Amino acid sequence: MKEPDKISDNEVTPPAVYFNRRNFIRTGILAASAVATGMAYRKLNPVAKGEVKTAKLEGVISAPTATNAATGFRVDEPETSFEDITHYNNFYEFSTDKEGVAPAAVGFDTKGWQVSVDGLVNKPKVFGLDDLLKISPPEERIYRMRCVEGWSMVIPWAGFSLSKLFDVVEPTSAAKYVAFETLLDPKRMPGQRSDVLNWPYVEGLRMDEAMHPLAILASGIYGNALPPQDGAPIRLVTPWKYGFKGIKSIVKIKLVADQPRTSWSEYAPNEYGFYANVNPQVDHPRWSQATEQRIGASGRRPTLMFNGYEEQVGHLYTGMDLRKNF
Amino acid sequence: MKENDIRFIKLLIFVNGLVPLASLVWDQSHKQLGANPQNFLILTTGMMTLIFLVLTMAVTPLRKITGWNWLIQLRRMLGLYAFFYGCLHFLCFFSLDRGFSISSTLTEMVKRKYLIIGSIALLVMIPLAITSTNAMIKRMGGKRWRALHRLAYVAAIAGVIHYYMQVKADVRQPLVFAAVLAVLLGYRLVVYLRQAKPAKAATPAAKQ
Repeated sequence: MKEPDKISDNEVTPPAVYFNRRNFIRTGILAASAVATGMAYRKLNPVAKGEVKTAKLEGVISAPTATNAATGFRVDEPETSFEDITHYNNFYEFSTDKEGVAPAAVGFDTKGWQVSVDGLVNKPKVFGLDDLLKISPPEERIYRMRCVEGWSMVIPWAGFSLSKLFDVVEPTSAAKYVAFETLLDPKRMPGQRSDVLNWPYVEGLRMDEAMHPLAILASGIYGNALPPQDGAPIRLVTPWKYGFKGIKSIVKIKLVADQPRTSWSEYAPNEYGFYANVNPQVDHPRWSQATEQRIGASGRRPTLMFNGYEEQVGHLYTGMDLRKNF
Repeated sequence: MKENDIRFIKLLIFVNGLVPLASLVWDQSHKQLGANPQNFLILTTGMMTLIFLVLTMAVTPLRKITGWNWLIQLRRMLGLYAFFYGCLHFLCFFSLDRGFSISSTLTEMVKRKYLIIGSIALLVMIPLAITSTNAMIKRMGGKRWRALHRLAYVAAIAGVIHYYMQVKADVRQPLVFAAVLAVLLGYRLVVYLRQAKPAKAATPAAKQ
């Protein structure tokens, strides 16, 4: 063993090497820190998107063509990409981060799914998913979707009019509203472990809104079964209303006499109403609803009254003050 | 700490401060900013502004606690980065959200409280950026300069409120910023109160 205080001359690092080494280390630190910062950024914007694959839906028919323009069943605007529809979702049951819903919903199990339909009906029934989907063949409906946050998409849904379900269960004359409920299962829906909203998510429609042919129960997009992030296995779509009315992963539909409670209006009654009809003239208290960002396009476009479905649904609201009933 | 080391640490901050911008530009040119790139650009530049504001405000407490006086030499760059990202944030909003329309930007600003508050945050940073040079500190005198630069508190508080106000429901992220900011401001308040007491008892001029 060498004595520590006896370092021979040839063991001392020459200054030139020492400084080179220092520069070398510094370059290393600089590069490593930049990589670390880059990785932190990547966490914020993860680029790798998992592939979304769901089964092909059997027997999708196109909506009756002769009446397309009049019914609003097929909007003539470029469809939003499958990629965007399945990776930009508001579905707080999985995540409050729109881009975090898809990864959080991977593997969501819908086996044995049941939907109970009861309340003020003559024939209440608990449907297995297959029974429910058998009520009517899925029609392709290409709808605009306007989120209350100010962005929009054009989505090719597959589904059938909600009214066809009512043909089966026969609401009584006392039924004035429809109340919907999403699955409550924090094990399968991790977002429900935090109390951002009062779970389970609930929504509602007035009877005449629910009977409107534009209101559909959707089970697919782009001809395939709904991916979990878009509301598998079955969801509501009401294209003239803000997106949050389209309740996802439905397990309960109840016909009722009084206006049911709805999740967002319960969360902030001054910001979100029961009707939530798309209306460019009535702003959200904190932001404008006059324009929207179409996903996949640049620049904002004007938002249309009832999301462009005024011709079809305007009559449902004649005489109503839409500023009060927002 | 040696001059040379300080220079290296400044270089570290300078390079790392540019990484988010470079990443955004890269992702934008590769069309991988997600489904709503406009929104992502606005959100991320805003977030960077807040991060740099918080870092700027952390310098003084850290320095006093650790006794590392050299930390103060990093503050200007951190503050200027906050201003830089704040300007980018506004430019993104002005171009991507308002389509370069001055009138629509102004009408929207008047209508939306969160935009007014955000504008205050950005506007108060302008005099701070202008007076950030050594020459300006000399010209103004340390005392006046320090008084002016307390506007950084206004910018940070307004910035966090601006963020909080537009979140739909999940306010956890803005609350994290608010909590960190509260600690940094709280530290200053405690120091101030501690110094104020003996100062009152002795001479008022002893206060620093």
